[in-house]
Amino acid sequence: MAERAALEELVRLQGERVRGLKQQKASAEQVRPRRQGRGQSKAEEDRAGVVCTEIEEEVAKLLKLKAQLGPDEGKQKFVLKTPKGTRDYSPRQMAVREKVFEVIISCFKRHGAEVIDTPVFELKETLTGKYGEDSKLIYDLKDQGGELLSLRYDLTVPFARYLAMNKLTNIKRYHIAKVYRRDNPAMTRGRYREFYQCDFDIAGQFDPMIPDAECLKIMCEILSSLQIGDFLVKVNDRRILDGMFAICGVPDSKFRTICSSVDKLDKVSWEEVKNEMVGEKGLAPEVADHIGDYVQQHGGVSLVKQLLQDPKLSQNKQALEGLGDLKLLFEYLTLFGIADKALEEKVRTTETQVLVASAQKKLLEERLKLVSELWDAGIKAELLYKKNPKLLNQLQYCEETGIPLVAIIGEQELKDGVIKLRSVASREEVDIRREDLVEEIKRRTNQPICIC
Amino acid sequence: MVVREKILDMVVSCFKRHGAKGLDTPAFELKEMLTEKYGEDSMLIYDLKDQGGELLSLRYDLTVPFARYLAMNKVKKMKRYHVGKVWRRESPTIVQGRYREFCQCDFDIAGQFDPMIPDAECLKIMCEILSGLQLGDFLIKVNDRRILDGIFAVCGIPESKFHAICSSIDKLDKMSWKDVRHEMVAKKGLAPEVADRIGDYVQCHGGVSLVEQMFQDSELSQNQHALEGLRDLKLLFEYLTLFGVAEKISFDLSLARGLDYYTGVIYEAVLLQTSARAGEEPLNVGSVAAGGRYDGLVGMFDPKGHKVPCVGLSIGVERIFSIVEQRMKNVGEKIRTTETEVFVATPQKNFLQERLKLIAELWDAGIKAELMYKNNPKLLTQLRYCENMGIPLMVIIGEQELKEGVIKLRSVASREEVAIKRENLVAEIQKRLSES
Repeated sequence: MAERAALEELVRLQGERVRGLKQQKASAEQVRPRRQGRGQSKAEEDRAGVVCTEIEEEVAKLLKLKAQLGPDEGKQKFVLKTPKGTRDYSPRQMAVREKVFEVIISCFKRHGAEVIDTPVFELKETLTGKYGEDSKLIYDLKDQGGELLSLRYDLTVPFARYLAMNKLTNIKRYHIAKVYRRDNPAMTRGRYREFYQCDFDIAGQFDPMIPDAECLKIMCEILSSLQIGDFLVKVNDRRILDGMFAICGVPDSKFRTICSSVDKLDKVSWEEVKNEMVGEKGLAPEVADHIGDYVQQHGGVSLVKQLLQDPKLSQNKQALEGLGDLKLLFEYLTLFGIADKALEEKVRTTETQVLVASAQKKLLEERLKLVSELWDAGIKAELLYKKNPKLLNQLQYCEETGIPLVAIIGEQELKDGVIKLRSVASREEVDIRREDLVEEIKRRTNQPICIC
Repeated sequence: MVVREKILDMVVSCFKRHGAKGLDTPAFELKEMLTEKYGEDSMLIYDLKDQGGELLSLRYDLTVPFARYLAMNKVKKMKRYHVGKVWRRESPTIVQGRYREFCQCDFDIAGQFDPMIPDAECLKIMCEILSGLQLGDFLIKVNDRRILDGIFAVCGIPESKFHAICSSIDKLDKMSWKDVRHEMVAKKGLAPEVADRIGDYVQCHGGVSLVEQMFQDSELSQNQHALEGLRDLKLLFEYLTLFGVAEKISFDLSLARGLDYYTGVIYEAVLLQTSARAGEEPLNVGSVAAGGRYDGLVGMFDPKGHKVPCVGLSIGVERIFSIVEQRMKNVGEKIRTTETEVFVATPQKNFLQERLKLIAELWDAGIKAELMYKNNPKLLTQLRYCENMGIPLMVIIGEQELKEGVIKLRSVASREEVAIKRENLVAEIQKRLSES
């Protein structure tokens, strides 16, 4: 019996060792987004590989020890809980869930989607080779003498299997169901191992961008109806990215790994991303800078037009295709009334916060005085190098370069001792007293740039 | 799927009408939660592979997770419903609608209450649902675990043979008594006289008068267990009469359901198919709902063994889906797979933009609408699509209409068209939809 106790202790310790290794791996991967097709630098891959093998070895040891304990593990004193990464939905949570699903489902139905359901598990071979590195996060069922099965990881692969199996070429379907991933759960952040997905997909050969536009319209309808606040839909195109990488001089072999770095821009600064690309992924600094010029841009359809004019990008066939499609997409989105919700990711080449503008002629002196005040207060400001620029031109300049605020000097305002402060995005204008202007600008520029 | 949705909606609305709250649990539980809860059926549980973490199994039903939830959250009273999938590694016989993955709709009442009122409500719910689904005639067989125990004791069947004999008796709805008796004697080692004694009891079924009769049985009435069961059944019948459903209920001594955890009343609903010939016993096509009382299950989870008495039911919706689908096929009823109300069409080329603008107006007004993903679709193709998909209305826009500021609204069924002013379109569509 003492042997058994000793063995149980070994199992416990080994279990902790495995958990510890997995934790280490998890914290190293903290910033990695949860999507497939990510690339990694060679160094990163090697490191990950080493940790992976180590974890595999320790898990194998653990299983061996457990096997020694034998099938009869005695009277279990179990802890009353749901499995790690899963939870019950209490009646209150069910009520909330029902309301949210109602909104989502009625939107899907409004757009004419049929509903399907698929089994919670698929043949293991159906899921093999579809998820890249994420494959190790798939839950397998025990081999109990029948078919080898795995729990579905998403709803898209089952959908593809359904289409192929039933020889369907056209379908618009929605599917709401739970999927399963053996990830590191962070339940406070809403990250579980069992969680719902609400998918809407249109399969079939159609005229370009109409279904794509409808998908975006659906996203906007749902997010608006749920009333969870202002939102923004970011749009890009894989072909534009690839074209951009090509003309910046990124070698083909590094496309995917550079992509994964660029992807982090929503969480970390450009500096960090650049460091990763140059320092860890072996990208030449000039190439990285080149990329920087492009990937920090975002805007509406004007950005698409701008990029179409870009002398280098417009030479790249792929990028042109992507840009052409995006232009068409924006046309449809405008007809759908949601173009203002869709901004294309754009990187700014300057960090100017305020343009000092004048509404009438002969106000150059005033502009010079004001811009100098702003500079002295540490605010990034510009003005047009024209004595009498048209207001419209000054506003357009802001839109093109992504400057968020305009400080407009006008004759009447001068007399009243105020400056008109205008938000470029919302077009709202408000009069601010001259002495309060710096503070107001500083207050506003602490807010995120993209507000719809 | 649409058939399934309608059926589930109906079931859930019945549960809600009786004041139940919704609950959901994960698809898998810690393996140890499910161990020793299902008796022989335990080998039918799907296990997950040991991948170095917790040992997990897919849930086998919704009852054990419910008991785990109650114990975990120290809940003493709860009336809940749960619609979800469960998994069993059985021999799937798809003809009978028996799959390895299937949906269950459970309703359970947990808590210490005055006897048989919750139990009666469960049976009332089963009747409401089966009637509401219009599946035809049905019958709910009722028995009690304690009465079974009593009968076995009185007949001299050892406890060790309890499950084996129960499973034989359970087959009386499919096999004749002769065959069942043969199985018990030849395969399960029961003495022939004992088998005969059992036969005297388990072939009985009837209404509340049978309960009275059993009370009079000289031997059974000596058995404490059986008496308790009989008393509860008598009370149950009183309540069911007040609920107006007593004629659907049959006290059937051959009901010996498989699961280990029942402690009191047990019931099973079967659909009756009236045969062509008069005077013949109506065949039943298998059970579509079942349940019972299980007072000891929560106590198995509670660290201190505190019990929470429970009673509940489970609707076997998969079987119901198959039946309804088959019936709709036989009748030739058309099932729509979408709920689209309006199709936005054009007979002319280069009108995509107008269609997109128009459909966005309809969506924004909450109208279910579709359009073809083609720049220049043919009108005939669009018409056919509407007919095939059962879409009732079409809005047609063309150059003429644009000039005049109208849209043509067309009823797909009648083919009648009328021109509506653009600004009145949404209102007109909503009016027509509410009228149909």
